[in-house]
Amino acid sequence: MNAFSFSRAATLDEALAQSSDGATFVAGGTTLIDLMKLDVEVPAKVIDINHLPLREITLTAAGGLRIGALARNSDVAHDATVMRDYPVLSEALLSGASAQLRNMASTGGNLMQRTRCLYFRDPAYACNKRSPGSGCSAIDGFNRNLAILGTSKHCIATNPSDQNVALSALEATVQIRGAGGERTVAIDDFYLVPGDTPERETVLEPGELIVSVTLPPPLAGSKSTYLKLRDRASYEFALASAAVVAVVSGGAFERVRIALGGIGTKPWRDRDAEKALEGKPVTPENFASAAQIVLRDAKPASRNAFKIELAKRCLVHALTLVTNAGARS
Amino acid sequence: MISQVIVPEAEPSPSHASPPGGFSVTFTVNGDRVELVVDPRSTLLDTLRETLDLTGTKKGCDHGQCGACTVHVNGRRINSCLSFTAMHDGDTIATVEGLGAPAALHPMQAAFLEHDGYQCGYCTPGQLMSATALLDEPCGPSDADVAECMSGNICRCGAYQNIVAAIQSVRKQAEA
Repeated sequence: MNAFSFSRAATLDEALAQSSDGATFVAGGTTLIDLMKLDVEVPAKVIDINHLPLREITLTAAGGLRIGALARNSDVAHDATVMRDYPVLSEALLSGASAQLRNMASTGGNLMQRTRCLYFRDPAYACNKRSPGSGCSAIDGFNRNLAILGTSKHCIATNPSDQNVALSALEATVQIRGAGGERTVAIDDFYLVPGDTPERETVLEPGELIVSVTLPPPLAGSKSTYLKLRDRASYEFALASAAVVAVVSGGAFERVRIALGGIGTKPWRDRDAEKALEGKPVTPENFASAAQIVLRDAKPASRNAFKIELAKRCLVHALTLVTNAGARS
Repeated sequence: MISQVIVPEAEPSPSHASPPGGFSVTFTVNGDRVELVVDPRSTLLDTLRETLDLTGTKKGCDHGQCGACTVHVNGRRINSCLSFTAMHDGDTIATVEGLGAPAALHPMQAAFLEHDGYQCGYCTPGQLMSATALLDEPCGPSDADVAECMSGNICRCGAYQNIVAAIQSVRKQAEA
């Protein structure tokens, strides 16, 4: 591992002041330290923010929920309000990683989780995300776990998070602090597709710090589910996943929010599919039409064409679960 | 027994920045207070094994994928390989050495013996630290629930069924 300087910040202002060129913040460390051991992340400075008061989960005046950036994934997953009002987030978190990792991994860190693309993780290979301009070894390589939506000729890396898929379906916002103060970004705008600059994954600027994630008030009468399909039953990343939040009234969708994971270069919300379902009866044919819309622009690479059908079935099954009487509320 | 371990060349540093040669950190391990000056690159796993000579905690994958390095920090299980030692100032750390002794086994250790919950034993310290943490976690009642809660601990010998049986026997004792 490359040498770096280490500092500990006690307050938010101190953390921002300690930031400099080549510096990075460490919270849980589960992504960062893993990648530092692989020489994929080579920060000149690591700033420990674990002592900042950003662990609280609090109700907002608007009736939503503000989750501190340092709230651990396990704490969020088992939070009584999250389990009652936003169960899709709890399910998504508990479907990811292991109990040990969830005890460490933070809400903000999960937002910044890096791709599991094998070529990104191995400096011996070309990777435009890790080393801009070097090429992409994944496009003609082992890519069955990589993206089919939002890709470019420079990068097909998947956003691996489960949390972020649920947050997208919940229309969360991200609060960011920088030298200029605090700003709020909708989660869908927080992530960037790779395009010509796959090294830029989010709108976070150097020196800025995520301080919280805010969920809007829960949709009255909504049901939700997180369905994750993968190569083994536990402790594995999604090949395809779907988060659905829906309000069904009189046998028809009143409102529905859809996001997919494991198939996109960012958590994949599809508003067109949502619009196509709203006002329509809850039928298998309408589920299939929505799935068709989500995957309409899918571009498979050499080994992941199976994901098109897998993702469609994943969404159809998630919609079926949500609209059945037995679905979790 | 650990009392105090200090790297000789280091100066005491009250500041928040890392001094040349290391970063000061104080925590307790199995009830003993430890003061160290560490290279910022040191993981908690390497500090436990190499500096504090607590070699019960094992290094498997060193990337958070196998669970052999599981320890408790402030009562919660974590992968010690994915955590810098410098991040643990003020923390309370427990390793397998603090769990029990041959003459006074922790109930989980006794249950692993009783149910043959291992073969080669390399993953066992991590399995034990995960299993004991699980007792205080919201884990469902079934064997499948336990298997899910233990999925962060790999056993290459495949003793999974016996590990689940050992954990379930301790949970039943606790209920009785």
